[in-house]
Amino acid sequence: MDIELITNILFAMVRSGTPLLLVALGEVVCEKSGVLNLGQEGMMLMGAVTGFIVALTTGSLALGVLAAMLAGVLMSALFGMIALGLRANQVATGLALTIFGAGLSAFIGADFVGKPLVGFAPIAIPVLSDIPVIGPALFQQDILVYLSLVLLVLVWLFFRVTRAGLIVKAIGENPWSAVTLGLPVLRVRWLAVAFGGALAGMGGAYLSLAYTPLWAEGMTAGRGWIALSLVVFASWRIGRILLGAWLFGLASILHLVFQGMGVDMSSNLLATLPYLATIVVLVILSSKQSRIRLMAPMSLGKPFHPAG
Amino acid sequence: MITLPFSLPQLERRQQDSNLFRYLSPVLAIALTLLSGALIFLWQGQDPVEGLYTFFILPINDSYGLAELCIKAAPMLLCATGLALCFRANIWNIGAEGQLLMGALFGSWAALQVMDNEGTWPLAVALFSGSVAGLLWAGIPAVLRNHFNTNEILTTIMLNYVALNLLLWAVHGPLKDPDGFNFPESALFEASVTLPVILEGTRLHIGALFALLAVSVVWVLLSRTFIGFQLKVIGMDASAGRFAGYKEKALVYFALLTCGTLAGLAGASEVTGPIGQLVPSVSPGYGYAAIIVAFLGRLHPVGIVLASLLMALVYMGGEMGQINLGLPLALGSLFQGMLLFYLLMSDVLISYRLVWKKRPQTNTQHSAVQEGV
Repeated sequence: MDIELITNILFAMVRSGTPLLLVALGEVVCEKSGVLNLGQEGMMLMGAVTGFIVALTTGSLALGVLAAMLAGVLMSALFGMIALGLRANQVATGLALTIFGAGLSAFIGADFVGKPLVGFAPIAIPVLSDIPVIGPALFQQDILVYLSLVLLVLVWLFFRVTRAGLIVKAIGENPWSAVTLGLPVLRVRWLAVAFGGALAGMGGAYLSLAYTPLWAEGMTAGRGWIALSLVVFASWRIGRILLGAWLFGLASILHLVFQGMGVDMSSNLLATLPYLATIVVLVILSSKQSRIRLMAPMSLGKPFHPAG
Repeated sequence: MITLPFSLPQLERRQQDSNLFRYLSPVLAIALTLLSGALIFLWQGQDPVEGLYTFFILPINDSYGLAELCIKAAPMLLCATGLALCFRANIWNIGAEGQLLMGALFGSWAALQVMDNEGTWPLAVALFSGSVAGLLWAGIPAVLRNHFNTNEILTTIMLNYVALNLLLWAVHGPLKDPDGFNFPESALFEASVTLPVILEGTRLHIGALFALLAVSVVWVLLSRTFIGFQLKVIGMDASAGRFAGYKEKALVYFALLTCGTLAGLAGASEVTGPIGQLVPSVSPGYGYAAIIVAFLGRLHPVGIVLASLLMALVYMGGEMGQINLGLPLALGSLFQGMLLFYLLMSDVLISYRLVWKKRPQTNTQHSAVQEGV
């Protein structure tokens, strides 16, 4: 492999890892508060379609991203209403959110399938983008990639240094003790769920406004589920989410790698790789059961209500 | 804190779960979905009555339509029957779609190998191959859950995407019809590997009877056998099951492999039945719709039969809405999603009742917590 190929692969890896990074960042905050929202795929799809429609009709990509985040928040509010408000099973509610999001996004996007849109253009950061090999990957990307990295640092700092971050973690570990300390358990969980929705919407918008600027039914192709696996892969640690996002990003562009190396293989077979990689990673991690048990928030997925 | 001019109803836990609402909840969910449907038709500039008529009556107002309804319901009924076994045991198998696709893929592969022979055995070989493929595909998450503690939700979902890509690979590659003008489709199946039609003048094939047979067997299994009882116990309280000495791993295998077999059979019956060849679009999401069918049917065989018919009607209504009213085909998927949501919302009434009471004015800390509801 020559230098140019490696440079291109790293560039594509960061791009395809970005939606995973965004969605996983939102979900990890949600899970740290003790809520398991399996509806990422549905929220992403709604973000993708809303972002695309708004960007196309207003001509503003920024408005598109904002609208996508709003759509994600609204979808997550639906989840919150049922899983937090009505105390329904979080797994079933998350699944319902995914099925509903897939249907609703296909419905409202029906007239927009295949319409062209000029997506986010890369912004080269002077000097830094000239670094060989890693320069283009890190410093010649579009604004959403940079934004996702800033968000990563912010979330890391949030859990590392702020009192609010500590409260979120306390609630996720044990909501019953948290409530005796006077912490507003459900309000914090609502906020965490909404944050997850906003980032999932943004992750969807990245797909329809930057990665492949178009709308197609079901275009997320399981990325919401991969992002959920990514949180497990990262053992709920923020720094590792970046590593995981790039690794999974690499898995989903392996066809480029193979083509670059001159290997002739069916694109459909290569397309199974990110899913197979996800399974392998989950198996390796979960076979050490004690580790998952130590790292996962204690109350993850369990409904909580102060009134019992 | 926002103060509302009226008090919101609060949830109060019932002394014991309400059986009435367990069965009323799906009815309530369907009613709410129809109501929302009417609003959607209004929003789309359609007459809501005509919209609902086109969606839910027009597709089945003749015997041909009723037969088509059964054809569409059959694969979902097979999948949902298997899923009900899994869900009862608290096994979150989301993989019926992938198991169905693998059944279609290997059923087609076998059909293409043996279809030049006479007799009924080629068809049996095709159906058997499809069922075994589904069984093995469901075996993967079962092994991973039992021996590696891997969460079955994520593995089954991932395997759905893998199965879809394998199917696409097969129709673009090894199973592509050499005389098919390069279309991604297999050759058309001969009569020897085609399911016989059981109602003349329609396409209704014997696969619908397989589905009814499967659902009856599972009904007996769940309600009359010790295995069924054990599945229910570990579903309600896994530790109680272990304490009673039930073999949890064996039960996980049983539920997942049965579901895989039924879903595989569904896939093989689709390609040897109404489709007649392997195509990329074997399933319009039957495996996912079957999740809704299982929940809407309360994991009960009779309920599942009714729910699969309803879900089939939603599919047909979506097509009818597209043809007659020019509405997007995805309206059907939207109805399916809404139905599941409304069901989950209505289900809260099984364990809770709604009470209107005044908000406590004192003890601000406590009310702050309640405000967060």
